[in-house]
Amino acid sequence: MFTAGKGRLVALGAVVVGAAIALSGCASADPLSSGGDNASGSKATLIVGSQAYYSNTIVAEIYAEALENAGYKVTRSFNIGQREVYLPQIEAGKIDVFPEYDGSLLQALDKTAAGGTSDAVYAALKGKLPAGLTALTPAAAADQNSWTVTQAFATKYNLTDIASLKNVTEKIIVGGNSELQTRPYGPKALESKYGIKIAGFKAVQDSGGPLTVKALVDNQIQLANIYTADPNIKSNNLVALQDPDGLFFPDNITPIVSKKVDAAAQKVLDAVDAKLSQDELVSLNSESVNDKKSAPDIAKAWLTSNGLLK
Amino acid sequence: MNIFAEGIAWLFDPAHYGGVDGIDTRIGEHIMISVIVLAIAAVIAIPVGYLIGHTGRGRVIVVVSGGVRALPTLGLMILIALNVGVGLEAPVIAFVVLAVPSILAGAYAGFDAVDRRTIDAARAVGMTEWQIVTKVEIPLGLPLLMGGLRSASLQVIATATLADYVGAGGLGHFLFLGLQTRDYPQMLAGSIVVVLLALFSELLFAILERLVVPAGVRAGERADNQEDVRAKSVRSRTATG
Amino acid sequence: MVWVFNNLTEIWQHTLEHLQIALPPIILSFIIAIPLGWLAKRFPPARGTILTLASLLYAIPSLPLLIVIPVLIGTGLQDPINVVIALTLYGIALMARSTADGLRSVDPDVRQSATALGYSPWTQFWAVEFPLAGPVLLAGIRVVSVSTISLTTVGGVLGIPGLGLLFTDGFQRGLVEEITTGIVLVIVIAVVMDTVLVMLGRWLMPWTRVASPAVRRRRNLRAVTT
Repeated sequence: MFTAGKGRLVALGAVVVGAAIALSGCASADPLSSGGDNASGSKATLIVGSQAYYSNTIVAEIYAEALENAGYKVTRSFNIGQREVYLPQIEAGKIDVFPEYDGSLLQALDKTAAGGTSDAVYAALKGKLPAGLTALTPAAAADQNSWTVTQAFATKYNLTDIASLKNVTEKIIVGGNSELQTRPYGPKALESKYGIKIAGFKAVQDSGGPLTVKALVDNQIQLANIYTADPNIKSNNLVALQDPDGLFFPDNITPIVSKKVDAAAQKVLDAVDAKLSQDELVSLNSESVNDKKSAPDIAKAWLTSNGLLK
Repeated sequence: MNIFAEGIAWLFDPAHYGGVDGIDTRIGEHIMISVIVLAIAAVIAIPVGYLIGHTGRGRVIVVVSGGVRALPTLGLMILIALNVGVGLEAPVIAFVVLAVPSILAGAYAGFDAVDRRTIDAARAVGMTEWQIVTKVEIPLGLPLLMGGLRSASLQVIATATLADYVGAGGLGHFLFLGLQTRDYPQMLAGSIVVVLLALFSELLFAILERLVVPAGVRAGERADNQEDVRAKSVRSRTATG
Repeated sequence: MVWVFNNLTEIWQHTLEHLQIALPPIILSFIIAIPLGWLAKRFPPARGTILTLASLLYAIPSLPLLIVIPVLIGTGLQDPINVVIALTLYGIALMARSTADGLRSVDPDVRQSATALGYSPWTQFWAVEFPLAGPVLLAGIRVVSVSTISLTTVGGVLGIPGLGLLFTDGFQRGLVEEITTGIVLVIVIAVVMDTVLVMLGRWLMPWTRVASPAVRRRRNLRAVTT
C-alpha cells in the first residue's frame, strides 16, 4: 500500500521540481515588460517608466507606442510609486524615458528653486538635471497640483485664490497622499506663507482620486490637493483655487530621457508632445475614469486620431 | 544594517512624539482600531460559534467562513471605502471580516472538543441545557476560544497598517509616508512598532490562554501529558495583513 | 462589465503575474518545512525554538516585511522576488508547525512496527511517517495556499505586479468594477488551487479515501480550524 503511495510521491516530486524550475524561469523574466512587436535589430531597447498614477501611465503608454511605431524596442516599467521612488532609478540610468511634470521635478531636484512661468521653470530644470539626462520640450498639457475646495465652500467664504483661505472661520482638514505633508507647497507652506490655520491632515492614498473627492464633497475634508487635469474637478463642481504667487510650479508634461534616446527618438517624443494640449490630457483622463478604457487602448486611439501612427 | 540603526534612532527621536503625527498618537489609533475590530468580531463570532458547537448544527457555516479568508483585505477595504468614504468605517468592516473566521473557529472548536461523555455526565446529574453551556462547555472551551482570539488579534494588528491607505490613521501612516518619500528609517521605525505591538498581543493572549484553563482540566493535564494535535492547530494561523 | 471587456489583456497579464508570485512560496514552504518539522519532532528541545521562531515570523506584518527584505538582500523595492521571499517565510511559519504536528500524530506503534520490519530511519521517515502525516500536512498546505494567494495582493500597494494592482489602480480611477474583478479573481484562484491540493491529496493518499464520512467531516473541520 505504501509502495504505491511512495511511487506517486516520487512522481509528484518530479512534477513539483519541474514546475518550480519552469516558474522560476517565468519569474526571472521581467513581468513588467511587454516588449514591442515591431522590433528592429539596429535600434536600442528603451525602457519607458511611469508613476503609480493612471494619467501618467497613459502618457507613458503613448510615448511607448509612438517609439515602437518608429521601430524601437520598448520595455515598459510602469507604476513605479511616487517621485522619491523612481527618481533614483532614472538618475541611475535604469529608465530611459519618463513622462515628468517639470515644476514638481525641479522642486524635487532643487528645494530652493524659484517658480515663475512655464518657460522659466523649464529653463531652470535643464540646469538642474543630473548629467546624462535631458528634458525634452514640454507639452502644452499640464497636470498641476492645486488646492481645491467645493463650490459650496468657496461661495460660503468667498474664496478665489489660495490666500483667501484666511477668510475661513471653521476648521480646515487637508486631504491628499501621505507625501503631500512633506511637499514645499504642502499644508506647512499654507501655514508659514499665508498664515492659514490647518487643523489636521487626512491621508488618502489615491492621488486626489475618487475617495479624496468624496471626502471633500462629504465635507470630511475641506481642502484637497487634486491635479488640474482630473476630470473629477468638472464632474463634481469643484474649484481649484487660483495661485497668483506661484506656490505651485507650472507642471507641464516633460519627457526626461537618457543618453540612449537618440535624436530620432527625441523627434518622435517631440511630435507627441506638440499635440498634447491641456484639453487633450483631460479627455485622455476622462476616457480612463469615465469610459473605463485601458491605457493601451486610449493611447492607440489618441495616436491614431492625431496621425502619429504610421 | 545602518538603516536599521537609523530606524531605531528615528523611533527614539523626541521630535517624533506628541501631536497628530506623534508615534504615541499613531500607536493609540492603531490599538483603538484593533480593539474595536476585535470587539465587533467577537460579538458576532462567539455566539454563532457557541450555537453551532452546542447544537452540532450548521457546521457548514464554519467551513464557509474559513473560505472567507481568501478575501483579500486590501481590495475589500478599498471597495467599502469607495462606498462609505474616508475614515474608520471601511477598514473596520474589512478587518472584522478578516477576524471573524478565526474567532468563530475558536469558539466552535472549544465546544466541539468537549468530550461527549462529559456532557452526558452533566446531563445525568440534572443540569439544564443552559447550565451545560455556561458551566461545562464555555469554561472547557475557553482555551481554544482564546487561541482563536489570539490569532485574530495578530492578524488585525498586522493588517491595520493598511488603514491609513483610506485615511484612517494608525501606524500604517509611517509606512505610507516613509514609502512615498523614500524615508526608510521612518518606514522601519513604523514597522518595528507594529511588530512590537503584535508580539505584545501574542504574549497577552498566551498568558490568558493559560489563565483560563479550568483548575480541574489543569489537574487532568498533569496526569495525562498527551497534547492534542487539534487543540494546537487552532492556534496556528493564517493571513497576516 | 465595460471595464472588464476593455481590459481583458491587462486582467490576464495581472493574473499570470499573480500566479508567478503566489505559487513558488506554496511549493517552497512545503519543502523547506519538512526538515524543520522533522527536527522539531526528532529533537524536543529544538521544537520549542523552531515553533517560537515560526510564530515570531508570523507576527511581522506583510507590508513592513516587503519593505525590509529589499534592504537586507539588495533588491529593488518593486522586485517580485521580495514578495516571493516574504510569502515563503509566512508559509514556512505555518508549515513548520503543521509538519511537526503531523509527524507527531503518527501512532508510535506503527513506528515501532516499521523499525521491527527493518526499515532504516531514512526509509522509515519517507515510507511510513511522512505519508501517515499526510492528512495534517495537506490541511496545513491548504491554509498556506489560501493565505498566500490572498496576501500577494498587498504587493500592489508598492506597485509590485499581480492582481493587487487592480485594487490600487481601481482605487485611483474610482472603478468599483476593477476592484471587484480583482477580489473575484483572487477567490477563484484560491478555490481552484484548494481543489487541486485536495485532488492531489486523494491521489497521493488513497488510503484516506476509505475513511468513514464522520472521519472525513472531522478532517475537513480540522482544515478549517487550522
